Order: sequence, then C-alpha cells, then structure tokens
Amino acid sequence: MIKLDQVKKSYSDHVQIGPLQLELPKAGLTALIGPNGAGKSTTLMMIGRLLHLDEGHIQVAGLDVSSTKSKDLAKIITILRQENHFVTRLTVRQLVGFGRFPYSKGRLTPEDEAITSKYIDFLDLTQLEHRYLDELSGGQRQRAYVAMVLCQETEYVLLDEPLNNLDIARSVQMMGYLRHVADVFGRTIVTVLHDINFAAKYSDHICAMKDGQVAAFGTVKEIMVAETLSDIFETPLEIIDGPYGPIAVY
Amino acid sequence: MSSLMDPTSKTYTPELTTSHTRDRDTSAFQSKQLERRYWILLCLFLLGGLFCSFGLLVYNNPVPVQSPSFWPVVERRITAIVTMAIAALCQSLATVAFHSVTNNRIITPSLLGFDALYATIQTSMIFFFGAGALIGFTGTGAFFTQVILMLGMSLLLYGWLLSGKYANLQLMLLIGIIMGTGLNSLSTFMRRMLAPSEFDILQARLFGSVTNADAAYFPIVIPIVIVVSILLFLSANRLNVIALGKDVATSFGVNHRRSVIYVLILISLLMSMSTALIGPLTFFGFLVATLSYQVASTYDHKYVLPMAFSIGFLVLTSAYFFMYHIFNAPSVVSVIIELFGGVIFLAVLLRKRSL
Repeated sequence: MIKLDQVKKSYSDHVQIGPLQLELPKAGLTALIGPNGAGKSTTLMMIGRLLHLDEGHIQVAGLDVSSTKSKDLAKIITILRQENHFVTRLTVRQLVGFGRFPYSKGRLTPEDEAITSKYIDFLDLTQLEHRYLDELSGGQRQRAYVAMVLCQETEYVLLDEPLNNLDIARSVQMMGYLRHVADVFGRTIVTVLHDINFAAKYSDHICAMKDGQVAAFGTVKEIMVAETLSDIFETPLEIIDGPYGPIAVY
Repeated sequence: MSSLMDPTSKTYTPELTTSHTRDRDTSAFQSKQLERRYWILLCLFLLGGLFCSFGLLVYNNPVPVQSPSFWPVVERRITAIVTMAIAALCQSLATVAFHSVTNNRIITPSLLGFDALYATIQTSMIFFFGAGALIGFTGTGAFFTQVILMLGMSLLLYGWLLSGKYANLQLMLLIGIIMGTGLNSLSTFMRRMLAPSEFDILQARLFGSVTNADAAYFPIVIPIVIVVSILLFLSANRLNVIALGKDVATSFGVNHRRSVIYVLILISLLMSMSTALIGPLTFFGFLVATLSYQVASTYDHKYVLPMAFSIGFLVLTSAYFFMYHIFNAPSVVSVIIELFGGVIFLAVLLRKRSL
C-alpha cells in the first residue's frame, strides 16, 4: 500500500501541492488524472523519492520514503519519468539490464540475464535488443524504458505519462502490457494518464487531482460521473455507457 | 499485427520462462566486432604510446650509448615521460568522470576554476614578490600550497552548493565559471602591469608543459594519483548509472548526491595534481575524452576509462616526440595540443548528434 499523510510541497506562495491524504491500494492499476498543473507528476515524483517533500510522510509498503535507504527502496518501488534523455549511447538490452542494478550493482548474474531477457521478450523487443535507442521509433523506445523499470522487479511501479507521444495502437498495446503486469505479475502500478477513457478502460482505481488537491478517489464507476469530471476538468462532459464500460464524451 | 497488439493473448507466467540463452547475454558492446575493435585499438594506442616514449628516451640522444653521461640524459627524459603518464591519467580520467556526473559532454573540469586559480597564484607571486620569488616558488612546499588551494576552492564550491536544500549541479558549474572568469581577469590585470621581462618568465609557466614538472614531487604525486584512479575505476559501475541522470540513478537506488560529491572530490584531486605539476591544459582532457567515446563505442566506464588514458598518453608522447625530435620546436607542444583540441571541440559541437 502507498500511504500519503499530510504531504505538502510548495513551489511558491501561490503554487502549493497538498496537504495530500491518500491511500493507494496494493495490486492493480491506479490512474492519476486531472488537468495540467494539478500536481499529478509532483505527487508521483514525491512517492518515487525523486522530489523532496516539504511536510508530511509517504509510506510505501510500510517504509517511509524519506528515511529508508535509497538502495533498499530500489527493490520495492521504481519510477519512470516522462522525458528520458541519456548522454550515453545504449542498446535496448544494455538499458533493460540496468534495471538489475539494485540487485547486482552492475555485474549481471545468469539469473539477471534471464530476467532481462524475460522483460525484453514480454515487451516484444526481442528483435530490437541489440539496436541503439536512438535508432528506435518513439513507441519502441518507450517500451524499452518500461521494460527497464519492470526489469527492476519492484512491487510498485510508478509511470509518468507512459502514453505520451504514442499513437492509438501503441497506447492500447502499452496499456495491455501494464494491465498484464498488474494482473499476472501481481504488481501495483500507479500511472499518470491524460486520457480519461484510457483510465476508465484499463485501471482499477482512479485518483483525480485538481489544484494540488485530491479531488476524488475511487473505483472507475465512482469517478466516471459526468458531474465530478466536469467539475475537475472545468469542461462540460458527458458519460455514456460504451461496450467496455463508461466513456467520457467531450 | 493483432496478436502483437494484445499481449494478454499470450500465455505469460510470472516464472522465468524465456528463450534466454547464453549468447543473448548483455555485453558492454553492441557487437562482437565492436568489442574486438576496442581491444585492438586499445593495444595499438598503448603500443604507440610506449613506442613514442621509447623514441623520446633514446632518439637523438646527444651522447653515445657507451658514454657514462648517456644515462643521466635518459633519466631526465624518464622524468618527462612519467610526467606525461601522470598528466594523461589525471586529465583523461577526471574529464570522463566529470562528463558522467554532470551529464554533459561538452564541458571540462577546468570549468571549476583550476586553471584560473593556477594562473592567479603564479601571476600574484611575480606581481607581489617579483621574478625571483616566482623562480624560487618550486619544491614540495610550493607544490602543496597550490594543490591545497585548488582542492580547498573546489571542495568549498561542492560543499556549499551540493549539500544545501537547493543543491544544483548546474548552479555549481555556473558559479565555478564565474569565479574562474573573475580570477582570470584579476591575473590579466596584474599581468598588464608587469615588466616585459617578468611577463616572459611568467608566460613560460602559464602554458602547460611537462618540463615544468620536478621529479621531487613524484614520491607523493604518484601514489595519490594511482589510489585515486583505482577508486575511480572501482566506481565504474556506479558511474554508468549516474551517467543516466539523477532521476534514473535515484530510482535504481544510487544515493545521487553523495555519489556525485565523492566522484567530484576524486576529480579535484586529479585535476589539482595535474595542474600543479605541469600547469593548465584546458582542452587536453576534453580532446581525449571525446576521442575515447568515439573509439570505445560503449557506455561502460570500465572500458572508457582505460581507453581515455591510452589515448591521452599517446597524444602527449607523440606530440612531444614529434615537436622535440622531428620538428625541433619544443616550446609549441601545448599550443599544438590546445589548437588540435580546440578544433575537435568545434567539430564535435557542430555535429552534436554524436555527443
């Protein structure tokens, strides 16, 4: 479980996130939605200990993220940011292999190699594993990054807009992978999504944020309500029943 | 396509069920050919460096081998070659590590103000105490005064800027550059007021040159440089992760701030040793690091660091060999290296894609 207790982060007197009080359930896929500047990425980064929190506590699996050693947390939680740019030139396999760093500190054991292969195969990167990242398309590269964080085999996986720059087919494919990781591998995935309908179709819980506060949290059915969402996004929208569940129309 | 699109259609199990075979193992190189090329080039560069040092030792020795004064000449030349090895080791390792911790491959550790501080110390010696003082400003005392001043300044910079709440590497670099520029202007101002003869003596010191070095420092410098280099080499795996950036490194469990400060301290030790020993070599480290990235074609510091050293040693020894013994123009060696480095710097900047 991920527990946020009175978490606050202030960028300036006017821009402040929190106080956040939130419990994200273990297992399954939770989507963070909300308008731009609502504090979704900030919240995710604070949970992933990439951003220092000004007040409050965050616990992941019972461990406080501010005080637990980073190398111990690296076996429990991982985070992938939206933009990834490396100065070094890496092949897909080298990148994914880095995911084993928390365990082997850079010396890959045969077991690490097998796990690396497993996630490369899982994300359909087998044919591309010896290609350099700069030779891949945006969608393939995004899959390689996701393979890297999955290869870390942490219970909790945080993703900041994994569908960014992906077309519809790639987005559906990516959400399919994430759903599979949650269902079959039993991981807990928390992801920032911009598309409400993707969140509605693929996630178990939705956390909606607005102006640095949690506006609503609940199951897909509880959040996919026209009034709630219109209010959060400040745009009139309707919810209709589609073949795969509720769909927001705007 | 449709089966590709839907991973749930495949029967995956959480256990290890892959088609993993030994030949798929992760290598630091993209292909076997690149790995072979790496080892061949590394051997070639090392042999080239050794060949040039051998040439420097015996070529054009004014006295015949049988003569008793043959060995003193060789001994003096050995001092120069050991100095080149130290300079190559310090500059190449420090620059590669600096590029990795700053995630930026177009800067050099001189930006932290080592060269500027060295120039200011030398200039103020002659400015305040006269030419005699500068000529007398040698020996272990003077050497350590400079090393401690340079180390002190850089540690102050790191400690102040990297331990606070608003720790920021970019800000630290900026302050380093501003301090360097300030020190440079100060020493330029002092140089303006020197007599031409004093200026001439000073100028010889301000160009990096292995002839500035004194073998008396070796017993202290060599152990320090070797220990620091080994420490840096042992951090190779951590450097690989740090080079991926702060966020990715943190997510992999690396204490980014502590690791960066540790590596920066090692870099300052190497840079201050090298600068105090032979003077500033602004572009040399950059030139060597950039060439070694191109030649090594791997991300792994275990391979990049030795390659950088071998290239650095080859560049220094061959430049000295050709300038001293073939073209008879000993004073222009550092000018040539800096010019060469400057041109490569521009070339790399213009094809930024390969950085």
